[in-house]
Amino acid sequence: MIRRKLEENFFRILMVLATLIVGGSFFLIVGTIVYKGAPFMNWDMITKIPGGGFYIGKEGGVLNAIIGSLYVAGGATILGLFISIPVAIYINMYLGGKNFIANGLRIAFDVLFGIPSIVYGAFGFLIMVYFGIRASLLGGIVAVTLLVIPILVRTLDEVIRTVPKELRDASLVLGATRWEMSKVIIRQIRPGVFTAILLSFGRAIGDVASVLFTAGFSDNIPTSLHQPAATLPLAIFFQLGSPVEEVQGRAYASALILTVVVLIITVLSSALAKRFSKNNIR
Amino acid sequence: MTNNPHISIQNLNVTIGNQQILKDISINIPNKKVISIIGPSGCGKTTLLKSFNRLLDDTADVKVTGKVLVDNENIYDPNVEVTHIRKKMGLLSQRPYPLPMSIYDNVAYGPRIHGTRKKADLDEIVETQLKATGLWNEVKDRLHAPATRLSIGQQQRLCLARGLAVEPEIILGDESTSALDPVSTSIIEDLFIKLKEKYTIVLVTHILRQARRVSDYIIFVYMGRIIEFGPTEELLLNPREELTKDYVKGFIS
Repeated sequence: MIRRKLEENFFRILMVLATLIVGGSFFLIVGTIVYKGAPFMNWDMITKIPGGGFYIGKEGGVLNAIIGSLYVAGGATILGLFISIPVAIYINMYLGGKNFIANGLRIAFDVLFGIPSIVYGAFGFLIMVYFGIRASLLGGIVAVTLLVIPILVRTLDEVIRTVPKELRDASLVLGATRWEMSKVIIRQIRPGVFTAILLSFGRAIGDVASVLFTAGFSDNIPTSLHQPAATLPLAIFFQLGSPVEEVQGRAYASALILTVVVLIITVLSSALAKRFSKNNIR
Repeated sequence: MTNNPHISIQNLNVTIGNQQILKDISINIPNKKVISIIGPSGCGKTTLLKSFNRLLDDTADVKVTGKVLVDNENIYDPNVEVTHIRKKMGLLSQRPYPLPMSIYDNVAYGPRIHGTRKKADLDEIVETQLKATGLWNEVKDRLHAPATRLSIGQQQRLCLARGLAVEPEIILGDESTSALDPVSTSIIEDLFIKLKEKYTIVLVTHILRQARRVSDYIIFVYMGRIIEFGPTEELLLNPREELTKDYVKGFIS
């Protein structure tokens, strides 16, 4: 009896500890960013592009990187969805979901999922060289799209697999074609699509390596797909490398901005997911 | 009774993987009657039901041989359009699975995919079918509410209305009342009895009392074979086969 009780307490304490470590790390990270970045936060940071002496600590902000990041991550996620939803539907609805081609594709996407983003950056760079595109918003979006497609496909795939088979049958027995049935399934997985968007956007907006060679960097807000674009992670990277204290502080302020952007996207997508799940069967 | 069969099955064999689920099934399903398929769990009754509307097509490693004639048309003929076959039959599954849309859209879904677009026509279909399943008075004020807000018994009747809306000839029920409370169950059973005026109804059930209450004929399936087929009272009270006798008495389940 005592042994069982000890065992129970031992493992409970282990779990509490593990949870504390995770929670503590989270607060430490956010705390550090806020502590170091907040003093350098001002209206200029989010409303102005870098001025002449920005990188030696003079006036300006990182609006160029905020807009650039939103363009790259948003563009890549939208483009990625247009490719991933058909792939996920095809794997599950047309290949039957369980045969060896479907499983082969899943393994392939798992591998792609695990590939470091610098590889996508290098690959995107090669494509750009081949087509004669210079580092630009377009290049960045393409490279990041490659990066997020595996995330989107695998997330959507898991979501589609939770749809009861009976729901597919329910539309099929009414004489629906596979595509008509797929449309019903897409309605059913809409909340899951927002989760996929969230994961993909989060990864896309935070990634440095894939945009390093492909998006370039610019102090201006890009006005066309062919202009180079700054991104927040790169802006943080450059500023953190500066010896000027003011600039280093702004790196943390930029990190704070990045965190808040991700937070807003998270809240937005879970609110949308909730809104769209009202018609769903459990 | 078999002069004018609605569904005629000839030498049907179904194999999934390396397991033969149905063995040499031949039977004629009479027109506009209620037929119950009974038998112990895993005997193949659901597979038999699903072979009627080719719902087995999606199962991995499935092999079907033999013929299923519906209105004298072999539905396993490669030239047959599967959507056309399925439109002829409504299926009521074990648990209700409303489509992820409103009550109205659930009923209108079938007619819409088959080309009915005018709102007035759809309104009429929705009202007719919801009345036919006794739901109209319960839902007429909230037709555009999500179907999932209904109780499970109401959802099952909604699924029936949804199936009827494509004007099928046959209703298939796969243990359609097994998730329902007794009141909802008896509503559904009464509906089946009422609906047989217009439709041929084939039900899979493991409740003998239900088979007795609603059906005109019973098919007893055991280990993938049809052991006996006959009028309800005769099969239940005077079975010809030993196996049927054992099952009806509760020796095999």
